Amino acid sequence: MHAMLEVRNLQVRVDDKPILSGLDLTVAAGEVHAIMGPNGSGKSTLAQVLAGRESFVVTGGEVRYRGRDLLAMAPEERAREGVFLAFQYPVEIPGVSNVYLLKSALNSVRKHQGLPELDAVEFLALVRQKMKRMQMPDELLYRAVNEGFSGGEKKRNEILQMAMLEPRLAILDETDSGLDIDALQVVANGINALRSPERAMILVTHYQRLLDYVVPDQVHVLAHGRIVKSGGRELAFELEQRGYAWLEAQAPSGAPSTPGAVTP
Amino acid sequence: MNDSESRPARDRIVADHAQIASLLPGAKTPWILQARRIALDRFAQAGFPSMRDEEWKYTSVAAIEKRAFTAMPNGAGPGGLESGIATHLFADLAGHRLVFVDGRAAPALSLVGRLPFGVSVGTLGDMLERTPEALEPFLPQIHHQTIFGSLNTAFMSDGAYVHLPRGVVLEEPIQLLFVATSPNAAIHPRNLIVAEAGAQATVIEHYVGRDGVEYFTNAVTQIFAAEGAAVEHCKLQQEATQGFHVGAIHVAQGRDSRFVSHSMAFGAALARNDITTQFDAAGCSATLNGLYVAGGRQHIDHHTRIDHAQPDGTSREYYRGVLDGRSRGVFNGKVIVHAGAQHTDAEQLNHNLLLSEGSEIDTKPQLEIYADDVKCTHGATVGQLDDTQLFYLRSRGVEEATARALLTYAFAQDVIDRIRIAPVRARLKQLLLSRLPQGHRIRELA
Repeated sequence: MHAMLEVRNLQVRVDDKPILSGLDLTVAAGEVHAIMGPNGSGKSTLAQVLAGRESFVVTGGEVRYRGRDLLAMAPEERAREGVFLAFQYPVEIPGVSNVYLLKSALNSVRKHQGLPELDAVEFLALVRQKMKRMQMPDELLYRAVNEGFSGGEKKRNEILQMAMLEPRLAILDETDSGLDIDALQVVANGINALRSPERAMILVTHYQRLLDYVVPDQVHVLAHGRIVKSGGRELAFELEQRGYAWLEAQAPSGAPSTPGAVTP
Repeated sequence: MNDSESRPARDRIVADHAQIASLLPGAKTPWILQARRIALDRFAQAGFPSMRDEEWKYTSVAAIEKRAFTAMPNGAGPGGLESGIATHLFADLAGHRLVFVDGRAAPALSLVGRLPFGVSVGTLGDMLERTPEALEPFLPQIHHQTIFGSLNTAFMSDGAYVHLPRGVVLEEPIQLLFVATSPNAAIHPRNLIVAEAGAQATVIEHYVGRDGVEYFTNAVTQIFAAEGAAVEHCKLQQEATQGFHVGAIHVAQGRDSRFVSHSMAFGAALARNDITTQFDAAGCSATLNGLYVAGGRQHIDHHTRIDHAQPDGTSREYYRGVLDGRSRGVFNGKVIVHAGAQHTDAEQLNHNLLLSEGSEIDTKPQLEIYADDVKCTHGATVGQLDDTQLFYLRSRGVEEATARALLTYAFAQDVIDRIRIAPVRARLKQLLLSRLPQGHRIRELA
């Protein structure tokens, strides 16, 4: 039996600068892991590398997803195999409607899984039901993907996509940032609704606020490209109290002395 | 190319003209004869433009010059073409249509329905022969003479003639279809559209050709929009892959008139479009939209020119290009704000998408402003597909080739969506999809 995700000694460079320098992480099905850390610690890089962003160069280590070599898979293949990234900055795509993206994404995943594609009527019934849960107006379906969406609408749209695709491994990159408290609750409810024994989640977050609503099984602190401390939920509270500096100081030598600006 | 090299092509064309001059329509009318003679002389003097000519800096017409394209006064018969032509017509479009085969009207394929009182929708060939006096105030009036325009005047034999009297609004569009079928034909369509004060019309000018045939279309369309008139013109250039297309649209606008142009260029080995409009009175508005989609070794050139000659004019220009393979695009947008043309409001944008290493675009906004109280902006971009957008789509399970096609489609669709006529929009979207790899995957978008 393989873990859902096994990351071993992962090393990643961006523009010749090491961002991840020997990261280890194991996430089993049914678990929710939070990855916290200061700005520039490599959190978003990890999220993007797991989703297959090609501008990051993996220089060492390996990532296995359900026993398979994740890094050898194209981004679309990962998505079809059940990996989902909720973007920190959801991308605007003028001219491509939200409904079109949702439908083609869902059907490509279903086709890959040997399920019949949904017709227009079935699809609309499903998406309307999920949108209701996310408190999104129908009108957002027919707008261009994320174009002119407010910050909160963009984040809800990410969770809507996740709810439609029902991934095995969901990586949520700062999904809580930029949300007011009401929107945060809606988003958190959306996430909680997807918790299941078959599904693993990684919550990348800077603050522990989201973790009040989505309670993690494990919390990891990323600093200078490595996980420097892991613990239970209480670690998040400690970080809230003490900040990250005490952990950064403990980071092993060999790590870059100045945390670089990482990802958009 | 030096003068002695280009001489033979020129001499051959002048000799061709001498052979057929008496067969060209209007041969009995002195002013037409004189106009043709002057035009031919201009061509004989200047010859084909070379790349030393600023207006032709990025486009070589040597390939046209080299081939012995020959004008045929009578065209080829349209026999047996009906089924082939039907596929090009906008069957779902109510309205009137004129079909021209190898430059000559094909009455059997044309259909002009009931028209409001006083409206003429006919052929220029008939007009030149029968009622040339109605043409005289318009035909010789072209603000910007070009060598190809002169060649057209020398050889013109047919085309559309549309005349709308004062205040008449023609709701249904007029569809003009030009079909090229004969190898080595030089076809010189000439269209004249006159909208008197307050009249309104929409004209679709559509060029197609038989695949595998080399031919040369050299079209000129003149549009006169009098005070308060509104003319919308949609050109769909879908020439055959071995066709050559040079086309000009010249517009003269009266007070408070509106002109909208859509130039959709997909076809031909080599295509050049000149679109010019002159604001002859105050309060005019012009919108020039364009899309060029080229692949392989295609070369598509648009030169536009807007003359804000009078005050209170507004112009909007919006062109996009998609270039793949080793194709080349040219966009030159000239906007001239003449002295005294105060309160001019002009905006020009040209965005280009290069899909391959070998494709190329030369884009040049050209603003000349001689008035001080004006608002003029322009912008041009050249780029590739956005990596972040591609990654986002792929991370949702859309495969890379489809994601690329989708983003390209979305980019071009922006221009197509500016056309008001739904069947034309639908046709263009299908045409665009057929040009994209994986286009069938995104068909449901159109």
